Amino acid sequence: MWRYEKRLQYPVNIKQTNPKIAQFIMSQYGGPDGEIGASLRYLSQRFTMPYKMQKGLLTDIGTEELGHMEIVAAIVQQLTRNLTPEQIVESGFGPYYIDHTAGIWPQSAGGVPYSASAFQSKGDAITDLYEDMAAEQKARTTYDNILRVVKDPDVCDPIRFLRKREVVHFQRFGEALRNVQDHLDSRNFYAFNPEFDKAK
Amino acid sequence: MNDNARTLMKQINEASFAMDDVVLYLDTHPDDKNALSYFHYVKGLREKAMRAYEAAYGPLFAESADSAEQWTWLTDRWPWEGEV
Repeated sequence: MWRYEKRLQYPVNIKQTNPKIAQFIMSQYGGPDGEIGASLRYLSQRFTMPYKMQKGLLTDIGTEELGHMEIVAAIVQQLTRNLTPEQIVESGFGPYYIDHTAGIWPQSAGGVPYSASAFQSKGDAITDLYEDMAAEQKARTTYDNILRVVKDPDVCDPIRFLRKREVVHFQRFGEALRNVQDHLDSRNFYAFNPEFDKAK
Repeated sequence: MNDNARTLMKQINEASFAMDDVVLYLDTHPDDKNALSYFHYVKGLREKAMRAYEAAYGPLFAESADSAEQWTWLTDRWPWEGEV
């Protein structure tokens, strides 16, 4: 069960409207390496994880990702406040505006709707934790890409925070993977799948 | 889960659901004084049952894992595992 806390994990206070940048950043809401996918990935994988550490870690990181989803949406919302029709046309925000006005909707920077196809829940602890480590790196790269083209310090500041959390999560997933391997036969980690097969 | 733990969890579930429900009602009826006093009543029941459960059977929130000696958040069963 979850309860909502009426605060952002990291504050967002953007003064300057910028719909072009909003369209880039919304990819981290509903894009292929975005926070919605991250949260759904971890909160789905945890159900069949065989060990306590991994059940707990996926629950806790999956929960933090829900908070990151909220931060990214807050950035997009603040970047698209008080838009004029001229700004919409000149910035390239027009196609999004026609379908969603300034509403928050999960899509990639390129306009592809959110899809669960961008993540896996494979039912194999080693496979899933490698997927999770890759996911954190893909999100980190996306934040690096955003930071290369965004100049507004009000936007860069929360983006840098989110980027750092990707690095921390990558580290924690690496430790969780090592712990899974400690439960298994070091001569062949793949001799059986601890989420499905019974140990001999 | 023993009988006492089961009883406390049932109280938590009932009070929590009553809260979930009255919160929605108050969102659309913010001036209903009866609903507001019911909210405070079930909030008290929930807090009391949660305190009793956590003191005896371990944390319901990561932040209430308050042992100075060891990390108890991971110790108990996870809620999706059922009791069987």
